[in-house]
Amino acid sequence: MDPARRLGPAQIDVVAQLGVSTVLLGGIYALVSVGLTLIFGIMRVVNFAHGEFLMLGMYVAFWAYTLLALDPYVVLFVSIPLFFGIGVLTYVLVMRGVIHASHNVQIFTTVGLSTALQNAALVAWTGDYRTVRPWHSAVVIRALGMAFNLSQVVAFAIAVALTLVLFAFMKWTHTGRVMRATAQDHDAATLMGIDTDKVYRLTFAIGIACVGAAGVLVSPLYAAYPTAGLQFVLLAYVVVVLGGLGDMLGAMLGSLIVAAVEVVGSYFFGVAWKEVFYFVLFIAVLVLRPAGLFGQRGAETLGV
Amino acid sequence: MLRLEAIDAFYDDLQALADVSFEVAEREILALVGANAAGKSTTLRVVSGLVAPRRGRVLFGDTELTAVPAHLRVERGIVQVPEGRRLFPFMSVTENLLLGAHARRARAERERTLDYVLALFPALADRKAQLAGSLSGGEQQMCAIGRALMARPRLLMLDEPTLGLAPVLVTKIFETVRAINAEGVTVLLVEQNVRQALTLAHRACVLESGKLVLQGRARELLGDERLKRAYLGL
Repeated sequence: MDPARRLGPAQIDVVAQLGVSTVLLGGIYALVSVGLTLIFGIMRVVNFAHGEFLMLGMYVAFWAYTLLALDPYVVLFVSIPLFFGIGVLTYVLVMRGVIHASHNVQIFTTVGLSTALQNAALVAWTGDYRTVRPWHSAVVIRALGMAFNLSQVVAFAIAVALTLVLFAFMKWTHTGRVMRATAQDHDAATLMGIDTDKVYRLTFAIGIACVGAAGVLVSPLYAAYPTAGLQFVLLAYVVVVLGGLGDMLGAMLGSLIVAAVEVVGSYFFGVAWKEVFYFVLFIAVLVLRPAGLFGQRGAETLGV
Repeated sequence: MLRLEAIDAFYDDLQALADVSFEVAEREILALVGANAAGKSTTLRVVSGLVAPRRGRVLFGDTELTAVPAHLRVERGIVQVPEGRRLFPFMSVTENLLLGAHARRARAERERTLDYVLALFPALADRKAQLAGSLSGGEQQMCAIGRALMARPRLLMLDEPTLGLAPVLVTKIFETVRAINAEGVTVLLVEQNVRQALTLAHRACVLESGKLVLQGRARELLGDERLKRAYLGL
């Protein structure tokens, strides 16, 4: 039964509720997508294993909650450096070898990594759905004819904060400038004395840290299981293409659009249809505006 | 200051340089001239480390560079302005210049060098916030040279700095190179504009199909019959 109806028609303003659900969901999608768009923007690699790092983040939150009774928001402080480290390790062991290889080789590599991580999770933790139910996931806030869940609000706030911090870092710090320069011209960056291998390692680590954080933040809202990453990563590709490949603010707007399509489509036509709607949107954008809705033409080959 | 010893370089199976040896003395301007695909750019890329030679040695001062990765050669003061400027097109002029001072030895004096570069190229000072990709060809070349100067080079290598520029800008670039050299920077210049390059340089090397065929004082080469026929159209 649809949640609005369960709450009773008098207590809820449908349009406002759809709006706030869009914004909250969009924030989470933004955090999942921002790491993907960063890695693509700087390294020109599509990380098909991105969803699996999200899944690992959800499991970290689950085990920390189950075994140590730690709240996901506490785990977040550990998981960001932890996933940064996992990112460094993955880069050194896997990505470094294919960074200058053809796109086909890169795709096979990251798809292979994705499959390996899914199956490792299946062997280690079985295929059961694991849920985290901290106190805040049961708190429902009602205001101005809308109802929303506290976990969702916190996840949204942290997601937006992290995305903005990352955006500011890329735009105004020397390291951010160095990363953008490497994306725009690898050889010229080397001639400036930039260690591009180090730049790629840092980029990959930051991207993985973002998605690891996203995994922890969504753990009170979605169940963890070995292929839990897929549902998010598919829409993250849509978001990244909508926003213009490699464009971080574009990814944030793209997240809101995908969330709006999902929320509105689910309300009027049913949840089962949501993928249809955003993939129609995805194909339309690819046909009509391949540089993305907000992307600069030509930027997809150069990165910004 | 810089010595290349019997360098062989390849792009896959294609040999670009064969047994190339020459020396650049401290504070001189050495011009590297020759036709298209003679190996001039490859020579610069071997020195900057973008291309690894299959045989031979590159010495900078007393140290051998062969095992030093490209980005650390900048730290030693070897700075290349690549062919076609290769600015970061979606970044502002200021950002491009600041990136030039990425090397540790240059970063401490970044602000001072920036003032020097903007005084050398006043046109850039007026366009500091503009995206580098939207500059005119001449301004882009100035920005590329300025970016290299930000690294405080001891050896500045310029690859076709006047390519595609109007004659008045060509003269301006050559004057700038002379001024930079007068400040004590050694210059290795690759040019297709042979006559002007030989007028500017102290010494010159002539490359032909990857081989060094002629070298000597620039003034004497200007009068060389073979060179005249091949490159000066006389």
